[in-house]
Amino acid sequence: MESEQHFVVTNKTFISVWAALVALTVITVLVAQAHKGNTSVLVPLVIATTKASLVLWYFMHLKYEKKLFKLMLLVPIITLLVILGLTFLDIWFR
Amino acid sequence: MESNFYTEPTKYNDLRKWVCSTDHKRIGLLYMASIFIFFLVAMMIGVVMKLKMLSAGTTFISARTYNSLFTVHGVIMIFLFIIPGIPAALGNFILPLQLGAKDVAFPRLNLYSWYFYIAGAVCALTSLFTGGGAPDTGWTFYVPYSVTTGTNVSLAVFGAFLLGMSSTLTGLNFLTTIHRMRAPGMGWFRMPLFIWSLYATGWVQLLATPIIAITLVLVILERLFNVGIFDPSRGGDPILFEHMFWIYSHPAVYIMILPAMGIVSEIIPVFARRTIFGYKAIAFSSLAIALVGYLVWGHHMFTSGMSDTARVIFSLLTFIVAVPSGVKVFNWVASLYKGSSVISAPLIFVMAFIFLFSIGGLTGLFQGALNIDMHIHGTYFIVAHFHYVMFGGTGFAFFAGLHYWYPKIFGRMYNEKIARYACGLMLIGFNVLYFPMFILGWQGMPRRYYDYPAQFQALQRLSSVGSWILVAGILLMFHNLVKSIRKGTPASSNPWGGKTLEWQTTSPPPTENFVEIPVVTSGPYNY
Ligand code: HEM
Repeated sequence: MESEQHFVVTNKTFISVWAALVALTVITVLVAQAHKGNTSVLVPLVIATTKASLVLWYFMHLKYEKKLFKLMLLVPIITLLVILGLTFLDIWFR
Repeated sequence: MESNFYTEPTKYNDLRKWVCSTDHKRIGLLYMASIFIFFLVAMMIGVVMKLKMLSAGTTFISARTYNSLFTVHGVIMIFLFIIPGIPAALGNFILPLQLGAKDVAFPRLNLYSWYFYIAGAVCALTSLFTGGGAPDTGWTFYVPYSVTTGTNVSLAVFGAFLLGMSSTLTGLNFLTTIHRMRAPGMGWFRMPLFIWSLYATGWVQLLATPIIAITLVLVILERLFNVGIFDPSRGGDPILFEHMFWIYSHPAVYIMILPAMGIVSEIIPVFARRTIFGYKAIAFSSLAIALVGYLVWGHHMFTSGMSDTARVIFSLLTFIVAVPSGVKVFNWVASLYKGSSVISAPLIFVMAFIFLFSIGGLTGLFQGALNIDMHIHGTYFIVAHFHYVMFGGTGFAFFAGLHYWYPKIFGRMYNEKIARYACGLMLIGFNVLYFPMFILGWQGMPRRYYDYPAQFQALQRLSSVGSWILVAGILLMFHNLVKSIRKGTPASSNPWGGKTLEWQTTSPPPTENFVEIPVVTSGPYNY
């Protein structure tokens, strides 16, 4: 199977992704401390999604997978996005 | 009878022949037995509640006990009977047969999911007799009460968590099977409609169940460590629980009803002796229901303090989801029109289904309208509505499917006459039991109350009488079915003249279903 081919990912990529993850975590903490109301919910959610995507993309090699797998992963993500969106219709307008 | 999966030699000769088997047919039967045992238990609890309601005030049951009774009744009926019901029992047995496959894609995982089911059931039942006693929160486990009550909510909730695992694994298994294991020649639009419905259900099971799992874990964490996610005094939001609970539990009602609709779409063409009207419309409406069904959970929370914007949008979406259900009902009726119908037990159950489900579905639209829901939320009207859709709908379709596939599963026939009487009794009892609840609810009788004022006496009693008729019908039906497993007349491989693949093999099928894998050359309902 093609997906079992071995791709060489440089250490540099791994380290920069790790650095990005750490930086994003720091931002999450700072935003939480700033108490900015609704933004302090939205920003961490966006950041968490970005972090999860980075892990999937690089660490879990999604980048090198077939299109079908990428598409399949998109389905639950879109579902989750819609669900969160509808929930926020309540929380933001309450 | 020729050799079949019951008689062919297996690795074990004792009980392990069943509980260690990876044959989808045996696992389906394991599920079926467990599911019906729990159904009968919860049914008796329902009858006890109705006995209590013969008169007002404390009689042989206290308020506390009544709270536990409806909770346990609800939890068993929902998580142990109606959600796993059709997919795990009939789906497991029939799906590979209809696909022309030897088994499901992951046979071991299939057995594993039954163990999850049993483990979940054991936890839920143990919670009744240990800790602070049987949970009394209602099956919805609403916070803040569920995090403060002294009863054994944690264990019951953990049981529901395990049952969710079981359901997710079944969904995953079916999806893979449908994608990968169709018989040669069976394109997507040559699949029987029961399979389309299991396909849509599988996606809902896979994508929605993890949400209830995480929600239930949060409740346990809140109870054990006071984390403050839902408790307002710690900065939490109790309405958030309702959101998370219904984000799963509303799609879950489509896990219940979609396979039921699949059974109905299967039975109608066979007994009307004509092809189904609007095959693609039915197939796509299953997907549409699964899709839009995700977006309507808020209609359970109109009176909970949600924002007005959210309420209006959820109400609108609720009206939209009724459209694909309506499409199906019209297609079924159109398929029966001018068909040369053969009236027998499965079709009679299907007619009962259409009648009861239509009442349940239409009263659902009442509740979807914001102003009317203000009036009837939390009353017996709701209790009547959900018994009509879940029991009158899914329950009756389950029984229809059971009678339809009975000769395939057991290789024998039940007594047709008794089956018809049983269905008639159930239909009468059902309406006498639940229709008065619509009226009582409209007049203001709240749900989950063990007491009532004098003006409700007459209708309450009428409703209790209905429960006796209904139970008589159910017991008669099971008696007929169980007795005929041994005593029924042997059935041929295709007693109804069905065209789908499960009827091409012997009854009961051999261990690997087909002696030769069939090749499909036309659609499923060519009459
Ligand atoms: C067999 C006959 C049945 C009887 C006599 C019966 C009776 C009842 C009664 C009296 C209640 C409590 C009403 C209240 O005071 O609020 C109730 C609640 C309920 N029933 Fe049934 N029922 C039956 C079958 C079913 C079935 C087949 C299902 C599901 C498929 C079901 C699901 C529920 C649920 C979810 C509740 C709500 C529990 C709660 O409030 O937390 N019942 N039933």
